[in-house]
Amino acid sequence: MKRNVRSSLGLVVVGFALLTSGMAQAAETYKMDTEGSHAFIQFKIQHLGFSWLLGRFNTFDGEFVLDQKNIENSKVKVTIDVASVDSNHGERDKHLRGKDFFEVEKYPEATFVSTRVEKTGEKTAKITGDFTLKGVTKPVTLDAEYIGGGKDPWGGYRQGFEATTQLKLKDFGIDYNLGPASEVVDIYISVEGIRQ
Amino acid sequence: MFINTETQYGVVSIVLHWLSFLLVAALFGVGLYMVDLTYYDPLYHELPQWHKLFGVVLAVLSLARILWRILSRSPTILAAAGWQVAAARSVHWALYLLLLLLPLTGYLISTAEGSDLSAFGWTLLPGLFELSPALADWAGSLHLWTAWGLIGLATVHALAAFKHHFVDRDSTLIRMVYIKGQ
Repeated sequence: MKRNVRSSLGLVVVGFALLTSGMAQAAETYKMDTEGSHAFIQFKIQHLGFSWLLGRFNTFDGEFVLDQKNIENSKVKVTIDVASVDSNHGERDKHLRGKDFFEVEKYPEATFVSTRVEKTGEKTAKITGDFTLKGVTKPVTLDAEYIGGGKDPWGGYRQGFEATTQLKLKDFGIDYNLGPASEVVDIYISVEGIRQ
Repeated sequence: MFINTETQYGVVSIVLHWLSFLLVAALFGVGLYMVDLTYYDPLYHELPQWHKLFGVVLAVLSLARILWRILSRSPTILAAAGWQVAAARSVHWALYLLLLLLPLTGYLISTAEGSDLSAFGWTLLPGLFELSPALADWAGSLHLWTAWGLIGLATVHALAAFKHHFVDRDSTLIRMVYIKGQ
């Protein structure tokens, strides 16, 4: 009897702590560490079917809500400055920013907002969301994998993931003919989030 | 013969003028044509290199031309009214300004990410600084509009020369074409 009272008192204390910390234990918000550049959005696309061309977006911002108890309750949101596309070639990047590809003057931002997170394994999940690029919004599914997380050496708390997906350029109104081998672009994302 | 007199252009001015004319016309045509080539066109990579090579040639030529204009005397402008003299001078110097602005903006496009300006494997000019994507795109637009501005102004310049030739019947056009024998 006494033990019961104590344990229910304990529960009340825990419950109160959860409430006052704004449910932080259940679902925590992480800001992607773009400032320290521990977050990357890279792409690769075939060149003529002979090799891979690699590039990345240098400027973006994002955050995610991670619910470790119930992964499916997690959320991700990313905003990309499309003009920051960088394939290590000034003239090509200018071409990519122009009308043939991204038309950044008219469509400066690309966004991904998750709509569903589905756990697929111990450390893996499928993150489906609305991806908007060049004014076109289409559902896209990311294959995500948890890499690791915990306290960092500087008093913060971090969690990191990587994710991949494939996009068909035509789906987003980019129909410049780069050849049959170059219609699909592979996306690789690696992000570390700092708990807020 | 080589040097300008009060009434006549010398060989140096005449050659610089017509070389400039040929280069501007060719670069303008090639420039507009090459940006619309498809990825699979055999000239997709070749034409921009010619454009850069001759763009640098035009830049050097323009610098020499402006220097020559400053150092040597120019024949007196044949015009009835003072405003015509002023207009002719303004157009000439505006053309020189555009002739400098064009290669400069072209250079900025190619070196936007710090790489050198090169053509056919030769480094023509070193890349000196990096531009933000927005500035690089701005340099690109400026290059295009400067080119149209140059063509427009050169057309006005040519029409004025024809007016002198056919209406005023003076030697304005002729003295830039050949040297009258003495």
